[in-house]
Amino acid sequence: MVVYETVSDETDRIFHALADATRRDIVMRVVQREQSVSTLAASYAMSFAAVQKHVAVLERAHLVVKERRGREQLVHGNPETMRKATLLLQHYEELWRYRAQRMRDILSRDVSPKKEGEDS
Amino acid sequence: MTVVSSHTDPEALTLTFVAEFDASVERVWQLWEDPRQLERWWGPPIWPATFDRHDFVPGGKSRYYMTGPDGERARGWWVTTAIHSPERLEFDDGFADDNGEPTGDLGATHAVVTLEQFDARTRMTIFSTFESADQLQKMMEMGMEEGMREAMGQIDSLLAEKVRA
Repeated sequence: MVVYETVSDETDRIFHALADATRRDIVMRVVQREQSVSTLAASYAMSFAAVQKHVAVLERAHLVVKERRGREQLVHGNPETMRKATLLLQHYEELWRYRAQRMRDILSRDVSPKKEGEDS
Repeated sequence: MTVVSSHTDPEALTLTFVAEFDASVERVWQLWEDPRQLERWWGPPIWPATFDRHDFVPGGKSRYYMTGPDGERARGWWVTTAIHSPERLEFDDGFADDNGEPTGDLGATHAVVTLEQFDARTRMTIFSTFESADQLQKMMEMGMEEGMREAMGQIDSLLAEKVRA
């Protein structure tokens, strides 16, 4: 169903984006103040292209927003997406997905019950 | 596919979650009624649950604890507020102290569970309402990856700083 796919894909993107230490660090920096991609790149022992890739992952998860201003690409945090309740509810939904899976596992281990009147 | 649909409402702090199972309503009801079956699926990953009390009657109390990866225990309670076997169940769920008594400070989660049969399948709908985001956060800190927990905490404090600024 569409609702489920959308919520789940968005959740996957957010959690995948935040599962990396560099990306979490980038989020922390740009939430404090907007920074250019080149300033960010100078802060890490990795190539400009690698930092740009990390920013792109965060952008896809809507955790940061990138804007071109003159010759610079400026990155700032997107507090709307990072709103605690949204993230937490999505994680809570993951818990219910896990529980439903466990329930299904238990049910699938049931010995198929004999119907009444059925022999052996 | 087990999960049919899911919808979160961050304003109202609610989750509507729908799943289907290849089993009768009566069989799925047992997963809620029988504490030995309930504890096989209730706890989050790496925090298995143990129910030491489960009075599955209106107004009945349940007590459980979840055991973490380092052997630490987190206690919880239920009060079953409505039961219409085997179709509908309502209960409040919250954190408890070491004696199993509700701590009260974070409030309770109210859950409404409905089971509907169609053909040979059962559709289970969970409607959960939280009283506060803090309560939701504490619950989610269990079974959550360490890195994620840190990220949440950091984002949280940064957003709080921005608001104050």
